[in-house]
Amino acid sequence: MAEVPAIELKNITKVFGDIVANKDVCLTVNRGEILSILGENGSGKTTLMNMISGIYFPDYGQIFIDGKEVEIKSPKDALDYKIGMVHQHFKLVDIFTAAENTVLGLKDEGRYNLKKSTAKIKAIADLYGFDLNPNKKIYEMSVSEKQTVEIIKVLYRGADILILDEPTAVLTPQETQRLFSVLRRMKADGKSIIIITHKLNEVMEISDRVSVLRKGHYIGTVDTDKTTEAELTEMMVGKKITLNIDRSDPVNPTDRLIIKGLNCVDKEGIKVLDNVSFTAKSGEILGVAGIAGSGQRELLEAIAGLQVLESGEIVYNNPATGESEDLRNKTPVQIRDLGVRLSFVPEDRLGMGLVGNMDLTDNMMLRSYSKGHSLFVERGKPKELAEKIVDDLEVVTPSVQTPVRKLSGGNVQKVLVGREIAAAPTVFMAAYPVRGLDINSSYMIYNLLNQQKEDGVSVIFVGEDLDVLIALCDRIVVLSSGKVTGIVDARETTKEEVGLLMTKTFGKGGEE
Amino acid sequence: MMMFVQFFQRAVMQGIPLLFGATGEILTEKSGHLNLGIPGIMYVGAISGVIGSFFYESSVGAANINPFLAVLIPLLTSILGSLIMGLIYCFLTVTLRANQNVTGLALTTFGTGFGNFFGGSLIKISGSDMPAITLSATSKCFKTSLPFADSLGVIGKLFFSYSFLVYVAIIVAIISSYVLNHTRTGLHLRAVGENPATADAAGINVNRYKYVTTCLGSIIAGLGGLYYVMDYASGIWSNGGFGDRGWLAVAIVIFALWRPNWAIPASILFGGLFIIYNYISIPGLGAEQMELFKMLPYLVTLIVLIIISMREKRESQPPQALGLSYFREDR
Repeated sequence: MAEVPAIELKNITKVFGDIVANKDVCLTVNRGEILSILGENGSGKTTLMNMISGIYFPDYGQIFIDGKEVEIKSPKDALDYKIGMVHQHFKLVDIFTAAENTVLGLKDEGRYNLKKSTAKIKAIADLYGFDLNPNKKIYEMSVSEKQTVEIIKVLYRGADILILDEPTAVLTPQETQRLFSVLRRMKADGKSIIIITHKLNEVMEISDRVSVLRKGHYIGTVDTDKTTEAELTEMMVGKKITLNIDRSDPVNPTDRLIIKGLNCVDKEGIKVLDNVSFTAKSGEILGVAGIAGSGQRELLEAIAGLQVLESGEIVYNNPATGESEDLRNKTPVQIRDLGVRLSFVPEDRLGMGLVGNMDLTDNMMLRSYSKGHSLFVERGKPKELAEKIVDDLEVVTPSVQTPVRKLSGGNVQKVLVGREIAAAPTVFMAAYPVRGLDINSSYMIYNLLNQQKEDGVSVIFVGEDLDVLIALCDRIVVLSSGKVTGIVDARETTKEEVGLLMTKTFGKGGEE
Repeated sequence: MMMFVQFFQRAVMQGIPLLFGATGEILTEKSGHLNLGIPGIMYVGAISGVIGSFFYESSVGAANINPFLAVLIPLLTSILGSLIMGLIYCFLTVTLRANQNVTGLALTTFGTGFGNFFGGSLIKISGSDMPAITLSATSKCFKTSLPFADSLGVIGKLFFSYSFLVYVAIIVAIISSYVLNHTRTGLHLRAVGENPATADAAGINVNRYKYVTTCLGSIIAGLGGLYYVMDYASGIWSNGGFGDRGWLAVAIVIFALWRPNWAIPASILFGGLFIIYNYISIPGLGAEQMELFKMLPYLVTLIVLIIISMREKRESQPPQALGLSYFREDR
C-alpha cells in the first residue's frame, strides 16, 4: 500500500488548567489505513481526537492535511477538511428517523427532499455493507443500529477521515465483527480511519498501525503485524512506579462477603455484570481493577442494594451474630444498618452521597436523620461528627456551615469517606476515593483504608491507578466488560498482568 | 337544523381564539419552551389592539374611519404588544435560562394586570357610563365576511360566514403543520425542542430558533386576543371578559398532541363544549349546576392526558426537552 499521509499531527499540546491532557503528540494517518489509538483512561485519547474534529483547539502544535497546514476551529471546519468523528455518546434525536437525523443541520442541499436523501443513504449503506433501514425511528433501534446512523451521518457529509471513539464499547462480539467488516471496506475505498480503543485483541485484529498514549504523552507508533499484545501493554501501562504505601498482612481473614454469579443488564439491554463471583474477606483490602465502565459501579451498587440484578447471590457473614444473610432480600437501609457502607466518587464528585447545597452538618444528617425519637431532628451529634471529620482529615473549610459544593474536590471526597468510615462499617466500599486528589490527600485516604483493614473491616477499593492498586491491595479482582477476568495476589502480580486482564475480551467463541 | 348551524357557528367563534392560542403555544413548545404566559400574552394582544383602535377611532371620529386602517392599526399594535411579551419571555428563559414555568406564570399575571390597567384607563378617558369600551365601528370592519356566504344556504352559513381572522387562524395552523413536518426549518425546529445538544452539534443555531419561534408563537397567540375582542365580543372591551380562554388554549395543545392541524377541530370542539350549556336543557338543573358543563373541556383534556400517558407512543409525547433550558457547556 502506498503510504500517502492523510493527516499529520506535530507536537500537539493541550492544557486544561493545571492538567496537561496532551503533550507533544505526533501522529500520522495514511490514506486507506486503520490506525488504533491505544491508552488507559485519562491518557488523552479523546482530547486528542477532539482537537482533530474541531471541538477543542490545540494550545500548541500543527495539524497538516494532505501536506498543508490547517487550522481546525470548529466541527464545521473539520467537516470541510472531510474529517468526521463518531462520538461515544450518540447525538441523535430519538423520535426522528435515521434519514431525518442524517440530514439534520445540512443547509446546502437545495430543497428539502427526504426521498432523495434516503436514496443517497441507501447508496452509502450498500457501498460499505451497512444494514440500515433509513425510515426506522431512532428509539426503535438497537445500540449498534444507532452507531450505524452516526457513521452514516459522517459519511453522508463526505468525510474521508473517520474518527471512532471506542466504537466497540457498546457492541456485542457479533456486532463488533460486522462493524469491522464495514471498516475494512471503507479502508479498501481509500478512507482513513482512526479508532480509539483499549481492547487489545481488537487492536491486533483491525488496525494496520497502533499509536500509544500514556498520561497525555505520546509513547510511540508500531506496526500491528510486528508487535505483540505484551509489548503494547507495556507501552500502555509503563514501567512500575514504587509507592511507599504501608501494607500489613491481613490478620486472620474470614469470608465476609461472598458474591456468586451476579448478572445485571443496563437499560439498553447490555450486560454490565456477567456472572461475577468473588469473596471479600475481613481484614483485607480487595482491589477492583478495570477500564472505566466495566461494571465497577453496578457491582458496588448491587452490594449496596441499589441495583436491580438479573440473578446471583450476595452472602454476607454477619460478624456480630455469626449468621449468613443474603443481601439481595434486603433494602438499602437494612444493608447499610448491617454495616455495609459505600462511598462512591463519581466523575462529577457530588453525584452520589452528598448534597452540594447543604452544609457539612446537614450532609452528616443524611445518614442519621431517622435516628432518635423526638419530633425534631437531632443536630448536635451530626455537628460534632462534622467537626471531628474536619479535624481528623484536615478538611479545608471555613466552617461546618459551609455548603459542600463550595469545597474543593479533594475536601468533598474527604467528607464523604469520613462520614462513611465514622459509621464503623463491616464492609467498606470506596470507588475512586483519590480521584483528582493531590499526593498528600491521597496518602491520607490510603492510610484511612489501611486503618479500616487493620480494624478487621473488609475493604473493597475500586481504583484507576494500577500502581496504587498493586501497592495498596491484598488481592485484586480484574473486571473487563462486566466479567471477572482474573483474581490476582497483589503482592505477586505485575502491572502487565493486570493490564492484560483488564483489556482481555472474549471475542471469538467465548474462550477464557 | 337551524339550531345546529347556529351552535356550530358559535362553536367556531368560540374556538378561534383558542386555535390562535394553541397554534402559538404548539410552535413555542416545539422549540422546547413551555410558555405558560400564553393567557397573559393573549390578554395583552387584545388590549394592545383595543388601544390602537381606540386612539384611531377617537382621532378621526367613529363615523369616518377608513376600513382598511381600522383593521391594520389594531392588528399592528396587537402584534407589537404580544411581540414584546414574547421577547420578555425569551430573554428570561433563553438568554438568562430562568425557570420557564415561573416566568410563564409571571407573564400571565403581568399580562392580565397590564390589560386591566390600560382597559380601566381607557374606560376613564372615554368617560363611558358602563365599565367597558365600545369600538363597534372598528369591530364592524373586522367582522366583514364574504359577500356570497348568504347565497350558499347552510353550507355558506357553516363554512363561509366568518370574518377574515377565522380563516387566518385556520390557514396559520395548516401552514404551521406543513412547516413542522415537511420542511428543513421544521426538522431543525423539532430537533431543537427534542434534543438541543444534538441540534447544536449539527450546526443549528439553537437560541435563534428558540427566539424566533417563541416570538412568532406569541404573536399568533396575541391575535387570538384581538379576534376575541374585535369579533367575538363585537368590539366591547371589559376587564376580565376574556376569561380563562388562555388556559383552554394550553389544554388544546395537549389534546391535539402538539399538532397544529389537529388543533383546528380540537378548538372547535372545545369551543362547542364551552358553550354547550346554552343549547341543552336538562330539566331540574339550575344555572349553578349548568356551570359544571364548563368543566367539560378540561375533563376531556384530562382523559386525553391519561390515554396518551398510557399508550406511551413516542410521537404523541411532548417534545423531549420541553421546559429544560439549554446551556452548551452543561455536560
